[in-house]
Amino acid sequence: MNQEKKKLTITIPEEEIMQAGHLACQGCGAAIAMRYALKALGKDIILDFPACCWSVIDGPFPYSATQVPLFHTAFETAAAVASGITNGIQAIGNDHTTVMAWAGDGGTFDIGIQALSGAAERNDNLIYTVYDNEAYMNTGIQRSSATPHGAWTTTTPVKHFKKGEKKDIDSILVAHGIPYLATTSIAYAEDMVKKYKRAKEIRGTKFMHVFAPCPTGWKSDPAMTVKLAKLAVETGVFPLYEVVNGKYKLSIKPKELKPVEEYLKLQGRFKHLQKDDIDYIQKKVIEKWEILLKKVEMFGE
Amino acid sequence: MNVKMVTGNEAAALGALRAGCRFYAGYPITPSSEIMENMSRDLPKVCGKFIQMEDEIASIAAIIGASLTGEKSMTATSGPGFSLMQENLGFAAMGEIPCVVVNVQRGGPSTGLPTRVAQADVMQARWGTHGDHEIIALCPSSIQETYELIIDAFNFSEIYRTPVVFLMDEALAHIREKLVIPENVTIIERPKPKDGPKDYKPFDINVGDIPPLANFGSGYKYHITGLVHDETGFPTDDPQITTDLLKRITTKISKNSSKIVKTKTFMTDDAEILLISYGSSVRAAKESVLQLRNDNIKVGLLQLLTIWPFPSSVIHEISKKMKRIYLVEMNLGQLYAETRIVIDSNIPLIKVNRIDGELITPCEISSKVKEG
Repeated sequence: MNQEKKKLTITIPEEEIMQAGHLACQGCGAAIAMRYALKALGKDIILDFPACCWSVIDGPFPYSATQVPLFHTAFETAAAVASGITNGIQAIGNDHTTVMAWAGDGGTFDIGIQALSGAAERNDNLIYTVYDNEAYMNTGIQRSSATPHGAWTTTTPVKHFKKGEKKDIDSILVAHGIPYLATTSIAYAEDMVKKYKRAKEIRGTKFMHVFAPCPTGWKSDPAMTVKLAKLAVETGVFPLYEVVNGKYKLSIKPKELKPVEEYLKLQGRFKHLQKDDIDYIQKKVIEKWEILLKKVEMFGE
Repeated sequence: MNVKMVTGNEAAALGALRAGCRFYAGYPITPSSEIMENMSRDLPKVCGKFIQMEDEIASIAAIIGASLTGEKSMTATSGPGFSLMQENLGFAAMGEIPCVVVNVQRGGPSTGLPTRVAQADVMQARWGTHGDHEIIALCPSSIQETYELIIDAFNFSEIYRTPVVFLMDEALAHIREKLVIPENVTIIERPKPKDGPKDYKPFDINVGDIPPLANFGSGYKYHITGLVHDETGFPTDDPQITTDLLKRITTKISKNSSKIVKTKTFMTDDAEILLISYGSSVRAAKESVLQLRNDNIKVGLLQLLTIWPFPSSVIHEISKKMKRIYLVEMNLGQLYAETRIVIDSNIPLIKVNRIDGELITPCEISSKVKEG
């Protein structure tokens, strides 16, 4: 066998910028997300968090897990503060430092959407990441507009589980005409790193939607976090794609979508669902998947 | 006897439901989230409506909207969310729309200490929103008081057509103690207009200082605005109407302050030294009174259940026979100036404060009193 072929190619930078000692729960998808994002983006970065799990995960001094400058801002202002920082560093002639807002789904889909929309419309030079765990986990698992249909949360108790679809934040951002949007998953580290590297090279507002399972809020086994993230892609619940200047491109195209039940059954937040509910979710997933395929077909490269 | 073992947040939700609250809009924030969680579970059982909103601005705006339809409405939040609500708190004061805003106080400013206790929003409750206005703010110190006082909050809000701020704190929100559900409570329903839709004016002072509010959606067509408005509710910049309006919406509360002010006294009959406190600090102050009494120091406690309008007359009256007064608060002395001006200048007023996110202790208060 050819010796060359056996050589392992390292596609993910080895340097760990996020350090041990963080305060995330066991199996936290958001912690994995930060680890890979920082590996891709490097140390020349300024982070900006609103209130979210990561404002706790980073830890109290001296246990800071991220070795980079960090601005922990008010809940509704992640994108606005990032706009200020990025314009500020431009004003002092710094054209090399990456500015990244890093917010949860509540701080993005709900309270932060106004600031995000403003930044996207101005096309401020920043990366905006939403690490999406589909509820307000930091305050105790209340629903957000990223919570999917059927899910239990503490404000959508079992009898009144969330009815209504997850907000399609990605289409909203695409409609702003931003130069780059990517959906990524902690189960696809190489894909994620590649997308962050690409985002870093593009000027303007880049929106990164990271799917980050939360064992605490999803009532799932912490050991299943990566598996759940993978199943979300394989079932079509969370497809991975990029939109570059309005052009859609699928990153992972499963040959055949797995039944959504495989994904749902591993999570306590869905355990009350009846067959009808699961059928409905399956129908919706397929509908959205087909719409995405149409977008790729119509607006693809 | 109906007895429960509940937290302050649970008691607030239970009391609100008992008061007739049938609409809740809110947004998650520590340490108030359990109020929302309880309402999301319990409101549907009484045909009420629960909505989780996209932020605190939306939350207070939604309860103002729902209140206009005649539903008793409430939201709950903590410091940062209360900051976001300020514009609409002023709107509710200007539009004279009843609603109850619970603020479970935590350490501030800004994100501060999300899971720690403070009483730092006392002045924000009074002056957080812009413009001349009066506000009612109530402050319980126990689970029992939380349940009973939030019913008063709803009643005051309906009687005076005004937003009412219900100031709790993290310690009270999360302790669990006995609640005896009272068999009888007074519940005030919103007065209905006597005029039919054709003649109705939402701000008609001919029918009284606090004109009845008709329900939106019941056939009445009228205008509500945050602008200065005349009796019809439509905007005006007439100087006389402006003056009359602002005077009316402030005096409707200030002139009724004796009916709104609620206080309690503890061992004050023979007291020479007085502690004044409110909220969770009262619990430590009470214990401190007992400690000091053991040492034969004649101390009493005045508890303020109503913070705004400020209980000036009550404090003035009780202060007369005191040698010294201690104001116990978990902030840097927000009510000091307000208290100082109502007691005679020859009576010393001494601050006893704690701001580190921990509950003030009886020993701290006692040792301060012993210092003289």
